[in-house]
Amino acid sequence: MTSASTSAVAAAAALFASTAFAQDKVTFEYWYGLSGQLGDVVQQTCDRFNASQDQYEIVCIGQDGYANAVQNSIAAFRAKQHPTVVQAYDAGTADLMMSGEFYPVHQMMADFGIEINWDDYFPGIANYYASSKGQLFSMPFNSSTPMLYINKEHYAAAGLEAFPATWEQFEENLKALKAAGQECAYGYAPSTWIDLEQFSMAHGVPIATNNNGYDGLDSEYVYNTTIHVKHMENIKLWYDENLLEIRTSQGGLNARDSFAQGECSHYFGSIASHQAVTNLVDGTFDWDVTMIPVYEGTERKNTVVGGASLWVLSGKSDEEYRGAAEYLKFLATPESEEFWSTNTGYIPVTKTGFDTLVSKGFYENAPYKGRELALESLTYTEPGPLTRGIRLGGFIQARSEWSNEIQAALQGEKTMQDALDTAVERSNAILSKFARTYRGKELP
Amino acid sequence: MRRAYFKNNWIAALVVAPQLLIIFVFFYWPSSQALYWAFTLEQPWGGGNEWVGFENFVFLLSDDRYWQSVRVSVIYALATTALAMGMALILALFADRQLRGYKSFRIGLIWPYAVAAPAIGLAFRFIFNPSAGVASYLNYAFPDIWNPVMNGSHAMSMVIIAGAWKQVSYSFIFFLAGLQSIPRSLTEAAAMDGARPMRRMMDIQLPLLTPTFFFLLVINITDSFTDSFGIVDTMTSGGPARATNLMVYKIYEDGFRGLDYSGAAAQSIILMILVIALTFVQFRYVERRVHYT
Repeated sequence: MTSASTSAVAAAAALFASTAFAQDKVTFEYWYGLSGQLGDVVQQTCDRFNASQDQYEIVCIGQDGYANAVQNSIAAFRAKQHPTVVQAYDAGTADLMMSGEFYPVHQMMADFGIEINWDDYFPGIANYYASSKGQLFSMPFNSSTPMLYINKEHYAAAGLEAFPATWEQFEENLKALKAAGQECAYGYAPSTWIDLEQFSMAHGVPIATNNNGYDGLDSEYVYNTTIHVKHMENIKLWYDENLLEIRTSQGGLNARDSFAQGECSHYFGSIASHQAVTNLVDGTFDWDVTMIPVYEGTERKNTVVGGASLWVLSGKSDEEYRGAAEYLKFLATPESEEFWSTNTGYIPVTKTGFDTLVSKGFYENAPYKGRELALESLTYTEPGPLTRGIRLGGFIQARSEWSNEIQAALQGEKTMQDALDTAVERSNAILSKFARTYRGKELP
Repeated sequence: MRRAYFKNNWIAALVVAPQLLIIFVFFYWPSSQALYWAFTLEQPWGGGNEWVGFENFVFLLSDDRYWQSVRVSVIYALATTALAMGMALILALFADRQLRGYKSFRIGLIWPYAVAAPAIGLAFRFIFNPSAGVASYLNYAFPDIWNPVMNGSHAMSMVIIAGAWKQVSYSFIFFLAGLQSIPRSLTEAAAMDGARPMRRMMDIQLPLLTPTFFFLLVINITDSFTDSFGIVDTMTSGGPARATNLMVYKIYEDGFRGLDYSGAAAQSIILMILVIALTFVQFRYVERRVHYT
C-alpha cells in the first residue's frame, strides 16, 4: 500500500468517524446578518458553544447583511427550510411580531426549564423586543446606541476642550473648527436611526402616535411637527454654510472612514463601530466618544437600542428548540457577554454582564474606555412611553422615504418642512397598508 | 412548400418536454404566483392573504413616485439603447473594414458582455467617484462640476454610461455578423464605381443592416428595462432622492427590503406587460417596414 492511499483511507475513516459522531448530536441552524469582522466574531461564539458541550451542534451561516438574513429566512420559511434561530434587525421587529411565526423566547426558556433572570436585562434594551405584557419575544443580542465621535487633536488645534452636550454648543464648535482652518468639521450621512429615531428618543418627542406604535396598528407619523424639523433645518443650514460635508460610500469615503482617517472632526455613529474605529485609527491620533447632544432647554431622555436580536422561528422539533434554548442561555452568561463586548463594540445587554466588566476595570483604559457612555446614554432615564422603542410596520420603507426626502431637501429641491411633510404622508400610507394586510390582528 | 413534420406527435412532445418543464418551473410558475399576489395583500411570513382585486394596481397607478420610476426607466432604456447601439455600430463598421489589428479588437470587444453587472457597477463607481476616482481630476480643475452623490442627473448619466458599456459588446457581435453577411461583391462594385467608404456605409451597408438593427433595438430596450438591477444596486442604490430608482430596482426595494410582496408583485406584472407590449408593437408595426427582398 502506498503512503498516498493510506492517507486517503485514513481521511475517509476520519470523515466517517466525524459524521458518525455528528449524528449523535442534535444539529440546528442559526442564520446571522452581521458581516465582516463582526460576522467573524458571531462565528466564534458558535464555535465556543459547540466546544462547551457535546449534545448540540449549532451551524451558523452568515447571510451578509441584516436585510438578507430576514429575506432569506422568509424565503426559506415558505419552503419549510428555515433555520431555528435568526438574527433580525431592530427595524424588522414589528413585522416579525405580526407574523406570529416564532417561539417567544420567554415561553421557550420556561418550557425547557431554563432559568433566566429577565429583570437583569436593561429596560432600554428589553422593551424594544418585548410584548405588550413585557415578556421578551426575542433574545437581545448585539446591542448598540449612537455616539458622537470626536477627533481630540482637531479640538486642541481649534482651542476647544469641552465636548458638546447641546446642539447649540456643537454648532459653535463646528464654527470654531472651521475658523481654525479645519476642512471637514462634521462628516455627515443622513441616517434615520440617528437623526430621527435616536434624536427623538433623547428629546422625548414622539415619532408616531400611539406611543410610537406600541398601542395599536392605527398609528400615524408625527415627526414633521416636532423639534426634529428644527434639527433637520439646522443640518441643511450647516450644509449650506459648509459646516458639514456629506460623506457616503457612494461618494468614496463614508462618514466613519472619513473620521478614522483624520479628515473629519466629528461623526455620529453606532457604538458598535468603536472597535472598528480603534483598529482603523490605530493610534495615529487621539479621539473619544460622547453622548449625542440635545437642544438647549430640553430634558435629556434615554436613547434606545439599535442592532439586532435573536428570534426562534416556529415549525421546528423540540430537540432543536432545546438546542436553541441552550445556545441562548450560553450567550446570556457573563463570560459570553464579555467575549462579545471585548471583540466588538457592542455593549453587554444584562446588568450582571455590565457589572462584571466594570468590576474588572474593563472600561478604565483604552481601547475600551468610552464604551460605558453608550450604556449611560441607554439608561439615562427610565424608559417612558415615548422612549421604549418603535413598533411600526413597514419601517424599512418608512426609513427609505425619510432618506430620499432628506436628500431632495439637501439638494435644494424643496424646503426641509416640505420634505418631512411628504415623508410623513407617504410613510403613513405604508402604515395603513400594513394595518390593512394584518386586518383583524393586533400587536401581541 | 414542403414541410417536415413528425408523424408521431408523442416523440415531439417527449423531446420538448424537458425544456417545457424548465420553462414552467422557472418562468410560468413564478409568474403565476406573482400574478396571484398582485391581486391580494400577502403577509410576508405567509400567515394568510386577502383578495383585494385591483387595489394594488390602483394604489400604484395613483402614486406619483411610481410614475417617476417609470419615467426614469424610460429615459434609462432609451439613452442606454441609443448609446450602446451607436457605439457598437461605429466599432463594427471599423472592425469590418479590416483596419490594422481588427482581429484583436474583435475579440477584445466581446469580453465586456461576460462581465457581471455588479462588477461593472463597482468599476464605474470608482471611475466616476467625485472625490477619489478618475472623475475627481475634473472636480480638481473645475470645483463642484461633478457630483453624482448629490446630483440626480449626474447619477443618472453615470448609470446610463455603465449600462451602455455593458450592452455595447452584444450589439457589436450582431452588427459585425450582419456586416459580414453583406456580399462583398456589392461593396466592391460600389467601390469600382467610385463610392468612398463613407458613401458605401450610408448607401449600402446601413440599409442592409436594418433587420439586425431592428432586432437589436428590441433586445436592448427590453434588456435595459429588466437587466439594470446590478448596476443601480452597486452604483447608486436608486438615489439620490430616487433619481435612479428604476422599475426593477423599485420592485426589489419594495418587495425584498420593504417586505411589501403584493405591491412588488403588482409592479412586476406591470413591467412584464410593458415589455410584452413593447415587443409586440415593435414586431407588429416596425418590422414590416424593415423587410427587404
